[in-house]
Amino acid sequence: MRLLSLCGLALLVVGCQTGIPEDALALKPDSLERRQLESRRFAGGKEVDILAACSGVSQDMGFTTDESETKLGVLVASKTREASNAGSRFAVALLVGGNAANSMDKSQKIRLCIVVKPVAGKEGQEWVVRATFQRMVWNSYGQLTRLEGLNEPELYQQFFEKLSKSVFLEAQKI
Amino acid sequence: MILRLSLLTAALALSGCVHNSTDSALEVGANQVQIRQIQSRAFDTTDKTKTLRTVISTLQDLGFVIDKADLELGSITATKLDGYALRMSVTVRPRNAKQLLVRANAQFQEAAVTDPAPYQAFFSSLSKSMFLTAQNVD
Repeated sequence: MRLLSLCGLALLVVGCQTGIPEDALALKPDSLERRQLESRRFAGGKEVDILAACSGVSQDMGFTTDESETKLGVLVASKTREASNAGSRFAVALLVGGNAANSMDKSQKIRLCIVVKPVAGKEGQEWVVRATFQRMVWNSYGQLTRLEGLNEPELYQQFFEKLSKSVFLEAQKI
Repeated sequence: MILRLSLLTAALALSGCVHNSTDSALEVGANQVQIRQIQSRAFDTTDKTKTLRTVISTLQDLGFVIDKADLELGSITATKLDGYALRMSVTVRPRNAKQLLVRANAQFQEAAVTDPAPYQAFFSSLSKSMFLTAQNVD
């Protein structure tokens, strides 16, 4: 009994001290690879046109703009979507019960940040566009179940395919 | 009797961990000068725009998503989500005729980061991207 209350006390004290992970602000060995995954080069045009093309892609993908600073080439956008299939939640509720269905992921907020940076190219001004995605996921109880960056290569490939089309359309003023 | 005692000590321990919640608005107990020293570094450059762009790309290298950016104010805010939420603001402003002062302050989950080690790690990463040494400020 005494041992139990001592353990409980220790847990309480420890619970009050949360620490930032040591590597949270240190460059990791894979940061160069990630940079390559998240970036593409575009040649020609003006920075504001490239940024406008990025804004177009963001809108194509259903995002709404939260913040922008054209002088630094920054565009921040987000969208809120369902995180689960309504059909599977119904099935789980039937089979296992309401509580299990409620603790499944329900909604997510996906954030996108696009940064355009000038770089010197072989034939004049070029731009490096870097996109980063992250999301927060909640369950039906309103609890945060996930806080994560999105790292799938396909996501970035598809994003940049859309962006290439958007840069073309922007140049044609469509 | 034992149960009451252990409940009482548990309650005391809990209250020992918790201070008056409105104190958080002022960060009572934090030494202002010490905190600024931990959170600031000087760089031998006067190019504010280039420095801000380098801060942005360093933050992206570290896995952050930018929340806000303001060139005139010289301020960038970003969030990193990786099973935890780490939010950081970095400001860049002129220090003297030859230097800029870069200051970062971070919030990890629901607490301010006051340990020097994370800031050293950040400035080390920024230093590499800038190709300049991060100098301590008094």
